[in-house]
Amino acid sequence: MMKYSIFSLARNARTYHQDWPKAWRSPDPKPEYDVVIVGGGGHGLATAYYLATVCGITNVAVIEKGWLGGGNTGRNTTIVRSNYLWDESAALYDHAVNLWEGLSQELNYNVMFSQRGLLHLAHNVHDMQEIGRRGNSIYLNGVDSEFITPEQVKEMVPFINLNCRYPVMGALLQKRGGTARHDAVAWGYARAADAAGVDIIQNCEVQGFDITDGKIQAVRTSRGTIKAKKVGVVTAGHSSVVAEMAGFRMPLESFPLQAFVSEPLKPIVDCVIMSNAIHAYISQSDKGELVIGGSGDPFISYSQRGSFDQIEHVAGPILELYPIFSRVRMMRQWGGITDVTTDRSPILTKTPVEGMYFNCGWGTGGFKATPGSGHVFAMSIAKGEMHPIAAPFSMDRFSSGALIDEAAAAAVAH
Amino acid sequence: MLTIKCPWCGERDQIEFSYGGEGHIARPTETEKLTDAEWGDYIFFRKNPKGVHYERWTHSAGCRRWFNAVRHTVTDQFWDVYKTGEEAPVPPEDWDGIQSRAEYEAARSTQAAKKEG
Repeated sequence: MMKYSIFSLARNARTYHQDWPKAWRSPDPKPEYDVVIVGGGGHGLATAYYLATVCGITNVAVIEKGWLGGGNTGRNTTIVRSNYLWDESAALYDHAVNLWEGLSQELNYNVMFSQRGLLHLAHNVHDMQEIGRRGNSIYLNGVDSEFITPEQVKEMVPFINLNCRYPVMGALLQKRGGTARHDAVAWGYARAADAAGVDIIQNCEVQGFDITDGKIQAVRTSRGTIKAKKVGVVTAGHSSVVAEMAGFRMPLESFPLQAFVSEPLKPIVDCVIMSNAIHAYISQSDKGELVIGGSGDPFISYSQRGSFDQIEHVAGPILELYPIFSRVRMMRQWGGITDVTTDRSPILTKTPVEGMYFNCGWGTGGFKATPGSGHVFAMSIAKGEMHPIAAPFSMDRFSSGALIDEAAAAAVAH
Repeated sequence: MLTIKCPWCGERDQIEFSYGGEGHIARPTETEKLTDAEWGDYIFFRKNPKGVHYERWTHSAGCRRWFNAVRHTVTDQFWDVYKTGEEAPVPPEDWDGIQSRAEYEAARSTQAAKKEG
């Protein structure tokens, strides 16, 4: 792998950037792997990367139906934060933030992680109580979090309309929160995983599994059958579909979640601003686009589009809070299929099939967890036992009742 | 804009309706004998299919009555709606979810007419 640096940039400038090597190979699938990861999004690629680098298992393939990062990795609003209510969530998401902080250096790939600060606005007494409870809980878990007043919000975001229909009464600030470049995360992990020996196989759709005596034997794909000792499934919105191929069900429902970007503007929003109560969030990409998101569609669908009325539900609150954007034109809109659990917490789990592991249920907020999710999932697969951080997120919580209920707490907006 | 045909009120905008999730999930009887896994399965586990889905809706901003519907989850096209207690209309295997039921059946009858002709 060529190391990216100012010197390699200068060297390649001399040849008009025509001679850059490919960032990763595109090998044909081998007949057998120690581990096959299904799904070439951020979480899947991160899993493969940590399998190869941390766990020492390099005979690994990532198989992807389309192209890398073409699913929810390329469709989210790139927000990174770890201000969750419950201890289990704090451990998982803060593990991810810790990894984010050194990720560009580790991967030798600029993932443009920018800890620009993240604001959760509170608009009513309930919101104030909620951020009070959550803020203190987060603080006790050693995650950074501070309460700020409307005046301080105004200082950070001078163009905000504090006295809107639902006035801003306070906010919770996580300074270590921010954004990262979504594609770079997929590409960076792919390049580093490839360099560590992982085969990344695109345009390779899973069509079924060979299972004998309840143990995984092979993955049947559009490019032939690939034998596998272990299989990790990281297929986000399509996890139910893949689980059905393996003969069991998941406690998931898939909903489209939309996001929008505006035409590029000069720098104006230098943090991430979210609001659970009126359900809209906004940040600005390094290209200058306003990146805006809201709530998902209320009915299950795999349409990757989203409903029209949701656009209005997002645009209304955004304009009420930030009237300055009333003439900004939106450039693109899209939907991603989010796999949502009842408690709005992810599922990292063994399955009824021996040797098969699932990492799914990240719902509307998986991007932020990409490094942490991949790391603990890789260690779980390698060891055959769930990593202590991942263990509470096993699917047996849906029969034991030990839910990690972020549904009513932190995880409404992402 | 997605429209839904309420069996009582007719075609209305989707925002008048609330979604009720997967249909035809019977509450288990003899609940005292259920295992934790069976309870969990009833409460949390869903088919969540990519394709034909039998589901419940209620016309919240209209007659406020519940009914069932058959919808394709890739295209959001409804095959049909039916009242609670009625038997579910099953779409044919080769329905791709793009055509409405009327379009599909019209295409079928044209094909059949051609064959005969």
